[in-house]
Amino acid sequence: MLLSTRASRALIETYDLSKDFDDLVAVDGVSLRVQSGEILALLGPNGAGKTTTIRMLASILRPSRGRATVAGYDVLDQADDVHRCIGLLTEHHGLYTRMRAREYLSFFGRVHALPEDYLKNQIDTLLQSYGLSAHADRRLGEYSRGMRQKLVLVRSLLHDPPVLLLDEPTSAMDPASARMVRQRIVELRSSKRAVVVCTHNLHEAEELADRIAIIREGRIVALGSPSELKNNLLGDAIMELRMACRVDGMMDHLPAEVRVVEVGEDWLRYRAADPETDNPLVLQQLMAAGFPVVTLTEVGRDLEEVYLRVVGEEMQSQEAGDG
Amino acid sequence: MAESVRRSLSPAAGALIVARRELRDQMRDWRILAPIAILTIFFPILMNFTAHQAVDFVNRYGAPLIAERLIPFLLMVVGFFPISVSLVVALESFAGERERLSLEPLLATPLSDAQLYIGKMLASLTLPLLGAYMGIFVYLLGLALRIQWYPPLQLLLQILLLTTAQAVVMVSAAVVISSQATSVRAANLLASFVILPVAQLIIGESLIMFWGRYNVLWWIVLGMVLVALVLGRMGMKLFNREELLGREIDVLNLRWAWRFFWKHFTGEARTLRSWYNGLLLQTLPRIRGGVACMALSMLAGWALGWHLSGEYTLPAEALQLDRLQDGMLEDMLGFGMLSGRGWIWVLGTNLRALLLTALLGVFSVGVIATILLTVPIGIIGYSAGNIMLAGQNVGLFLTALVLPHAVLEIPASLLAGGSILHLGATLISPPKNKSLGESWLQALAEWARINFGLVVPLLAAAAALEVFLTPVIALRLLTGG
Repeated sequence: MLLSTRASRALIETYDLSKDFDDLVAVDGVSLRVQSGEILALLGPNGAGKTTTIRMLASILRPSRGRATVAGYDVLDQADDVHRCIGLLTEHHGLYTRMRAREYLSFFGRVHALPEDYLKNQIDTLLQSYGLSAHADRRLGEYSRGMRQKLVLVRSLLHDPPVLLLDEPTSAMDPASARMVRQRIVELRSSKRAVVVCTHNLHEAEELADRIAIIREGRIVALGSPSELKNNLLGDAIMELRMACRVDGMMDHLPAEVRVVEVGEDWLRYRAADPETDNPLVLQQLMAAGFPVVTLTEVGRDLEEVYLRVVGEEMQSQEAGDG
Repeated sequence: MAESVRRSLSPAAGALIVARRELRDQMRDWRILAPIAILTIFFPILMNFTAHQAVDFVNRYGAPLIAERLIPFLLMVVGFFPISVSLVVALESFAGERERLSLEPLLATPLSDAQLYIGKMLASLTLPLLGAYMGIFVYLLGLALRIQWYPPLQLLLQILLLTTAQAVVMVSAAVVISSQATSVRAANLLASFVILPVAQLIIGESLIMFWGRYNVLWWIVLGMVLVALVLGRMGMKLFNREELLGREIDVLNLRWAWRFFWKHFTGEARTLRSWYNGLLLQTLPRIRGGVACMALSMLAGWALGWHLSGEYTLPAEALQLDRLQDGMLEDMLGFGMLSGRGWIWVLGTNLRALLLTALLGVFSVGVIATILLTVPIGIIGYSAGNIMLAGQNVGLFLTALVLPHAVLEIPASLLAGGSILHLGATLISPPKNKSLGESWLQALAEWARINFGLVVPLLAAAAALEVFLTPVIALRLLTGG
């Protein structure tokens, strides 16, 4: 049984969480567990079910099947408690543009029943920390997109929630603003907090998340840390060896455990099931045979490859099923 | 944040926080302030001028009564115009937030549905109502200064209550619409459901005021308060965070709707017998509240008819049952009695009445259907009362002319009325775990099950009794033939 009691350190737990809209299955049997101190990225194309999952975790949408608890509270039966424990950053910031930043934050702070002195202090601290103090009394309609996104992040942090649900936090932002927001999100990692980030930005997911759940057509099709996903889906690490000589005749001196996958004039690539053991052995044997090694580096494999493989395989299997 | 700092808001405090924010927003929007200011200051002055001119004019021609009636009428108009702005604000309340994408963060806060709903209502009401009261004050001040006219206290109270009640009704209805529409445009299109009845009401109130029957206004105030309560409850029940963010509220998915309806209509039964089992054991108990209301309404109809026979008594000589024998059989045959043609005619008439009742019932949450189905019972009560006053045998009248087919027609009416009331009640108070569309379609399917499975067969049998049995009994009992 995945669901546990409030005493568990898992701040988010879902079991077979599903959501139907009439005939459409938007989320289909999502089971997750996010520990405190962890950032989980929900990665998937548009319409994959990320926002619906976030909305169910935020107790805005009712699950059609399955269960979920957030900070120990059931999303279906204890929605008010869930609302008190989450900070939600929505994909569209939806600010009240005629309000000033301080007013806006005060409104949300009061809605969370924060004491006035605590709220004032919290607003000042967060505005200062996000570089918005000088703009605290400007109308939100005058804010740039980056400032708005920062303000929304401040809004979601006002009541210091143990669970942060961030839906596309950097969508449509310029690179500098997006980078700044990502840095802020990393800084939000805390032993008392769990963060779920919804994104279709692969680099963002890799940069932010401890674990990534790739979601497609409502189902989680891959789950793990970025390196686990790469290893599991792309196979063993690929190492590149660059020599100061031609590589002809070098193969016989490589350990039997390594498998050569590509060869050039003065370089070769091999797969290492256990790089920590295999690489020293490779170097040791080549140098003993008198081959001059210039560099030994791991060939970069990005998440995009993983993502395309997972999503591509899914699409192919679905097309085969349809056919 | 420390757990100790995390508190809950009282229901009133939450609603007030929402209302205060909305009001602050409105106070910064000249598009809301400008019409209220114009309707509060300039319009009452214009009405004041109009009243003054009208009084001068009609006095010159010796018709002071018109002025006497016109001044209170304009008082009502001056109060009504600013509250019309409340409709615009209320229609925008949820649909506007959804359109500006600011709704989702609000829905993810600890505010309860009631706090959000009442907060929005208060915000929509406050400015327009203040404008209306101010407008009334400006108008009355002008009248006091220029023609020394002071309103009777009762009239002033009536106008203030009427204005407030109308604003509450309009706002309640508009907030219901706004919470069910996906865009401001859709909400505005649906606003005719508010504007048309309110326009009719204003015309009615105007006629009453020119007629000078001011006491009737109290009944209108009472009616408006009841409608406001029903709409308020309806709004609270319909308020659904899920549907507020739903994608398909405005989309008519006919295929899905039909499948959903058919599933509940058939009850997934494989045989007619199992369908009837479901109908009798599951559907019928669900409409028992509606049937009970219908039965009470029919009893009240009978009692009212009986009571009215004492006030509007028919001449006794027209009600001599023993004289019916003259040409009675010929009359009956002329109506198509004792023939298949007559059966089709009676059944067709009853089915048309049933359909009309259902249609009107749908648009009036069952109220008009209840009234229409009660009227025949009222007429029978009235007739029975007159028969008694004429010294005739009421039992004979009922046994000979009513009961043979009423034995089946009355249960049919109870079921038809009960099912349509059940359908109406679903709109006012849908179950929490279903969307409005699902609840309504299920109730419609239940209405169809009851009507196709029980009401129509009962009416068919009742028509047969009415055509073939009632005349025979009537002839035998009344003429001894």
